[in-house]
Amino acid sequence: MLRKRRSAVAAKRHPRAQLFAALGDQTRLSLVARLCAGQPYSISQLTRRSKLTRQAITKHLRVLERAGIVHSVRTGRESRFQFDPQPMEELKHYLDFVSQQWDHALSRLKSFVED
Amino acid sequence: MPITNDRIEKRIELKAPVSRVWRALTDHREFGEWFRVKLGGPFVAGQVSRGQITYPGYEHLKWYAVVQKMDPERLFSFTWHHSHDPNVDPSKEPTTLVEFRLEKTATGTLLTVTESGFENLPAARRAEAFPMNDAGWTEQMKNIEKYVAQTS
Repeated sequence: MLRKRRSAVAAKRHPRAQLFAALGDQTRLSLVARLCAGQPYSISQLTRRSKLTRQAITKHLRVLERAGIVHSVRTGRESRFQFDPQPMEELKHYLDFVSQQWDHALSRLKSFVED
Repeated sequence: MPITNDRIEKRIELKAPVSRVWRALTDHREFGEWFRVKLGGPFVAGQVSRGQITYPGYEHLKWYAVVQKMDPERLFSFTWHHSHDPNVDPSKEPTTLVEFRLEKTATGTLLTVTESGFENLPAARRAEAFPMNDAGWTEQMKNIEKYVAQTS
């Protein structure tokens, strides 16, 4: 119960629209792809492999951070960004669940019209 | 399913003529049978459809939708107001768009269902309405499967 409440609170803090918007961008998706292996990266490390400026990368990381997909951890003078799988897992579970509801409803429809 | 996709699409081949499937979708009593909702009246394009969910365990939830298109034997669509709290006016609730498309095939009907607009819903909304991690829910799913197996 406690666990459920906490995840509901986390979910409310990161509304779906924000999550979808955050993921609906090629640069951010590539940052997510890089970070989702688990290892945290600094902005410099992420900029080095990109054509974009440090400023642009930072801006994209902040969008991901607001959506809860990444969070920054400060080590010394530098911020490192780490992937947080929870919001995406919640989203996936939710869509899987809705999808399953439709499967059940449509199988009832099938029995209904084929009888 | 891509995680960035805010749409669910299902295709199902039904061994029944398009006219039969159209009736099962758009006759409010027939729709209510398989969708598990008791509707107050017929579906009319542009009008509100009200009812009560009859899905076991969720009977406290209201059904509230606005019929969008009724293009005979081709397309039926409605915006679905996701109501989760009996004390909240469902007309103010966020919506998804549900579309049923029918195509005639050699053996019957190909039905394509899409539900889109999930970005409109607050994240916790349906998780609250349908507690997917709840053991009670798993039990309900088994009951339904049993019921479907018996009646089909």
